[in-house]
Amino acid sequence: MPKTYTPIATTTLGSNSTSVSFTSISGNYTDLVLVASPTTLANGEQFTMTFNSDTSSNYSATYLTGNGTTATSHRRNTQSNIIVDYYGAVDTTVKTVYIFNIQNYSNTTTNKTILITSRTGYAAESNVALYRSTSAITTITLAGATFTTGSTFTLYGIKAA
Amino acid sequence: MNILGIIASSKLGDAGDFESIATVSVGSGGSSSISFTSIPATYTHLQLRCIGRSSRNQNNGYAVISYNSDTGTNYSYHALTGDGSSALAQGDSSVSYQTLIYFPGALRGSNIFGVGVVDILDYANTNKYKTLRVLDGYDSNGAGYSSLGSGSWRNTNAITSITITEYNSNAFVQYSHFALYGIRSA
Repeated sequence: MPKTYTPIATTTLGSNSTSVSFTSISGNYTDLVLVASPTTLANGEQFTMTFNSDTSSNYSATYLTGNGTTATSHRRNTQSNIIVDYYGAVDTTVKTVYIFNIQNYSNTTTNKTILITSRTGYAAESNVALYRSTSAITTITLAGATFTTGSTFTLYGIKAA
Repeated sequence: MNILGIIASSKLGDAGDFESIATVSVGSGGSSSISFTSIPATYTHLQLRCIGRSSRNQNNGYAVISYNSDTGTNYSYHALTGDGSSALAQGDSSVSYQTLIYFPGALRGSNIFGVGVVDILDYANTNKYKTLRVLDGYDSNGAGYSSLGSGSWRNTNAITSITITEYNSNAFVQYSHFALYGIRSA
C-alpha cells in the first residue's frame, strides 16, 4: 500500500506574526490535517480560521467544551471566520495543541465541515465548524492573534485509495 | 511519511506509516450500508475517515458500526455530545452496533455533510475486546452536533470486516464517502 499521510508544508515562526497562511494547496489529496502548536503575545488570545481569503458571513461552529469544572456546548452562527475555540485560548508560554481535520476539502459539490480539537490551559474542546462554500479550499489562514516566535504549524495531506 | 516519530522498516512498510486500504464513495442511488471486507491484519490500528449525509426525513441521521457480520448485542458505546446549548452524556450497552456518528438528515440544508474520524485500536489482536474512539459531528449554521465517543465490541476475534449502516434504515446519500486507512507500528 502506498503511504498516504504527507506533509505539505510546515511553518515555524522566526518572529512574531499576526497571521499564518497556507496557500496554493493542491487538490491532490482527500483530506487535510493541520496541526498547530502556537504561543501568543498575550495570555488568553483566541484565533480564527478562514479559507480562500473569504471573510464574508459563511462560517458557523458548534462547540463542545470542558473547562475543568463543567462540560458545555455553544454555537456561533453566520460568522466572518471560524473562532476555533469557545473557552480555549493560547498563552504566552504554554504551547497548546490544535488539530484541524478538513475533510473532502477539494470537492466542489458540498459545503465543507471541519473537526477541531484543542487542548489549552483553559479548556479541552472538540468542535465542528461549517464553511458554506462549494469551492475547493486552496488557502487556509489563521489570524486574530499575535503568534510568537517558535509557534509551529504543519499541514498534512491524506489521500484515499 | 512517519507520523509517530519512529523510524524503523520492514518488508511491508515503515513503522508509523499511514496507508490507504480502501474507499467507498456513495453514488447517486444512495446506500443503506457500506462494507470493508478482507481487511488484512498487517496493521496495528485502523482509521476510518468518513463524510456523510442521511436521506432520513429528520434533522439527524446516524451511522453505526459493526464488525465481522456480528449483529448480536455484543457492542456498547459512550459519547459526550454538544448540541450548541448543552453537553449531553449518552450511551448504551448490549446493542448491535458500536457507535453512533451524527450526520445531517434531509431536513438540514442541502450540501451540508457531517464528518467523522474513527480510530479502531489494536483491531487484529485476538486476546482482547476491541475499542474505538470517534470524533464526529456537523454544523448547519443554526444547528448541529459535536461529539466525541468510545465504543466496545466484546469479541476477541481479529476484525476482518467493517460494516457502516444508516441507523434508521435510510440511506447515505450521494457524495457520502468512507475511507479506511491502516497505521503501522514498529
